[in-house]
Amino acid sequence: MIEFDRVGKSFGDTIAVEDLSFTIPGGEFLALVGSSGSGKSTTLRMMNRLVEHDRGTIRFQGGDIRLRRPEDLRRRMGYAIQSIGLFPHWSVARNVATVPQLLGWPRARIEARVDELLTMLGLDPARFRDRRPRELSGGQMQRVGVARALAADPEVLLMDEPFGALDPVTRRSLQGEMARIHRASGKTIVLVTHDMEEALSLATRVILMDQGRIVQDASPAQMQAHPANDLVRSFLGRGPR
Amino acid sequence: MRFAARVADFARDPLAWALAALLFLALDMQALRPLFAAAFPALDRPLYEQEGFGTLLLEHIGIVAAAGLAATGAGLAAGIAVTRATGREFLPMVETVVSIGQTVPPVAVLAIAVPLIGFGQEPAILALALYGVLPVLRATIAGIDSVPAGMREAADGLGMRALQRLWLLELPLALPVILAGIRTSVVISIGTAAIASTAGARTLGSPILLGLSGFNTAYVIQGALMVGLLAVVADMAFERAGRRFDQRR
Repeated sequence: MIEFDRVGKSFGDTIAVEDLSFTIPGGEFLALVGSSGSGKSTTLRMMNRLVEHDRGTIRFQGGDIRLRRPEDLRRRMGYAIQSIGLFPHWSVARNVATVPQLLGWPRARIEARVDELLTMLGLDPARFRDRRPRELSGGQMQRVGVARALAADPEVLLMDEPFGALDPVTRRSLQGEMARIHRASGKTIVLVTHDMEEALSLATRVILMDQGRIVQDASPAQMQAHPANDLVRSFLGRGPR
Repeated sequence: MRFAARVADFARDPLAWALAALLFLALDMQALRPLFAAAFPALDRPLYEQEGFGTLLLEHIGIVAAAGLAATGAGLAAGIAVTRATGREFLPMVETVVSIGQTVPPVAVLAIAVPLIGFGQEPAILALALYGVLPVLRATIAGIDSVPAGMREAADGLGMRALQRLWLLELPLALPVILAGIRTSVVISIGTAAIASTAGARTLGSPILLGLSGFNTAYVIQGALMVGLLAVVADMAFERAGRRFDQRR
């Protein structure tokens, strides 16, 4: 589905990501884990061309992403971020409908899809459809943010620390929601997080990054059983041996 | 009952009162003749009668509106241009020009405009428009820059094109700030247009200038009263529009 081939990116003299190669098959739930500055967000943002890579090739469904228009690429990849970025002058329904409207869906189809998504994320459409973002709690806003990312039924869902600012209870419940959505839809999901516990409980595969490079790329079970080095061990919450 | 409530609302509304006073004086300044005659018994002509105040008001509004439209168009266009990715490099330069320009008094712009294009309405409109660009430009930049980075990122990440982001997100959110800029621009313009009579334009400043040169205090008061009321009406109307369009509340 998504393929990185020796990808590199520098900001000025600083190398953000170097020699990155991995393949994300369709249906995988991949977690990119690392501390801040590890290059995990840059890696995610290169997938939908919010950041343009300098070296190597990134392919989406076999085609070089540079050959696609960024907008077309992004409309096929859902995008949810920590700051959520709901549009404050639009209702919840209008926010969720952002991408379908950009794609020019007929009104009835959009309305049905909005209700379906709100229900799927545990927000009663009748109560929430016409509210403004400022009338929602943090957890409700993030649910709307995820619904918006899923609205046009994208092949891939990209998420950058989407649960980072939530309280633990709300966080758990949304994590459960994501796991359920992944199982039910079989969508490819890429999640950026600094929380190894979150990665292990949700993802089918974990890539741990440090200083722009991959430290370990393994399934959650493998990573727990055979941490590659002390850095992985410290992320797993165990001290060095 | 409903009608009575509406009348009551209207009666409590300062904008309605100011507007009513402005229209009354524009149509019938004559009504105040006894008042001015009593206040200034030494004057032969206590009431300005070269042109009707209604005519002056319309011409004044015409000049301000023409200048305001030009200033809004230019200020908006420039403000949008320098907040685009491709225009960003001009932002510091434009901001410098804006802050320097703001320190030049509008009268000075008028004084420069007359020798360049002669007397009449045109130099007045040009001077007012030039000076009026600055508040609109500054407000457009401030308004667009105030859109949080997270919303911009979401807009981009969801696949909005640059123009869609501008039209769907940035301009609606910046609108109250931009309106405040237009309000400043227009209110300054209303005051300055009075001075534009020195450039040969017929405005509500005509009685003020004639009064000043002919020691006729009554003329000055009549002109100033009209200009003041017009400025107050415009200011309150913009304030109301701004509140209405503040979609973030």
